[in-house]
Amino acid sequence: MNISIPTEVQVPSCPLITDDSVLKGIGNTPLIKMNHVGREYPGVEIYAKAEWRNSGGSVKARPALQMILDGEATGQLTRGKTILDSTSGNTGIAYALIGKLKGYKVKLVMAANVCKERKGLMADFYGAEIVQSSPFEGSDGAIRLARKIYEENPDLYFMPDQYNNDSNWKAHYLHTANEIWEQTQGRITHFVAGIGTGGTIMGNTRRFRELNPDIRCYAVEPAEDLHGIEGLKHMASSIVPGIYKENELDGKISVPTEGAYQMVQRLEGEEGILVGHSAAGAMVGALDLASKIKKGIIVTVFPDSCDRCYINFGKFKEYAETHSTHPPKAD
Amino acid sequence: MPVKVRIPTPLMKLTANQSEVTAEGNTISEILNNLDNQFSGIKERICEENGSPRRFINIYLNEEDIRFLDAEKTQVKDGDEISIIPAIAGGH
Repeated sequence: MNISIPTEVQVPSCPLITDDSVLKGIGNTPLIKMNHVGREYPGVEIYAKAEWRNSGGSVKARPALQMILDGEATGQLTRGKTILDSTSGNTGIAYALIGKLKGYKVKLVMAANVCKERKGLMADFYGAEIVQSSPFEGSDGAIRLARKIYEENPDLYFMPDQYNNDSNWKAHYLHTANEIWEQTQGRITHFVAGIGTGGTIMGNTRRFRELNPDIRCYAVEPAEDLHGIEGLKHMASSIVPGIYKENELDGKISVPTEGAYQMVQRLEGEEGILVGHSAAGAMVGALDLASKIKKGIIVTVFPDSCDRCYINFGKFKEYAETHSTHPPKAD
Repeated sequence: MPVKVRIPTPLMKLTANQSEVTAEGNTISEILNNLDNQFSGIKERICEENGSPRRFINIYLNEEDIRFLDAEKTQVKDGDEISIIPAIAGGH
């Protein structure tokens, strides 16, 4: 018997998602007021940009799009070239999404211990090719391997090189900082952001210097070289990104990994938001600053949410410990 | 019994720049103590004060995460390979 599909099922009842509408979903993220965390400093208001609301699910959609658009505009990225870069996850997810929409192949180099959820999103969902580098060398190993692949066949690839590409920080200079300025009606007094490539802190700082030179800008970095705040870089023990210029900042705030992990749970319990480790680290930095200034409007950036692979830590570990027989295996 | 231990880059300054060292012991705990005897200070970088590995550091026995074995009490035998792997960090 033939069963025909009713026509109303064949025609989507909601608008089709197009290339254009997804790319327009990058930027203009909400600014969230912390209502509970930080209440011990009544003279300080703390706000965070909810960057997981970008298409691609993280702050890295902004620089990824800017680098690709600028690559097209300068003629470095042309039809048939493959976008190649090193990443530990979010930039790669953003490249893979934008590449798929714009019709470019994407090749991503990442340490083999990047979790399978992220690799799956990049490879299976968005169709990017993944090259794995040594898990012992972290993101620096991925940077070196990506450079090697590029140098072997420079004509095949467009390598944005997020650590050294001015379009990275310009994404924040042109957009994020102006959004924050408007969303706070120019009331912002302090800006705090984690350092990964340095794009967020440098781009915002440079724009704030123009908008109001009294705004103080601080970078958050992990307190330890061997740390677990995904996405952040401990500068003294890493390849320092070319776009990161520490002398332009007002200072750095060191955040221990355990403090950031506890803040993930505090933000969940007190504010009802689930964020990733780097967002929690930025919040620890914002609180540290609040304890010193006593009065002001602090804005920080929450790069992503907790929806990707963070189950390998925290609650997942608790589950593994309390259900000792055959817990689901993490990658 | 001697086993091979692979060291991540951030800890290599404690192991005279060796990415692979050998250590003795019957369990992961004993291996970590033995490592600390050879390379002073390495254990406190890997473990909490109570001796269990920090939650952002993964220790693998051959291909298996020790969290899914007997954690630091996991038995180790001759010829095994242990890998100490930090969480991903730096520039998403």
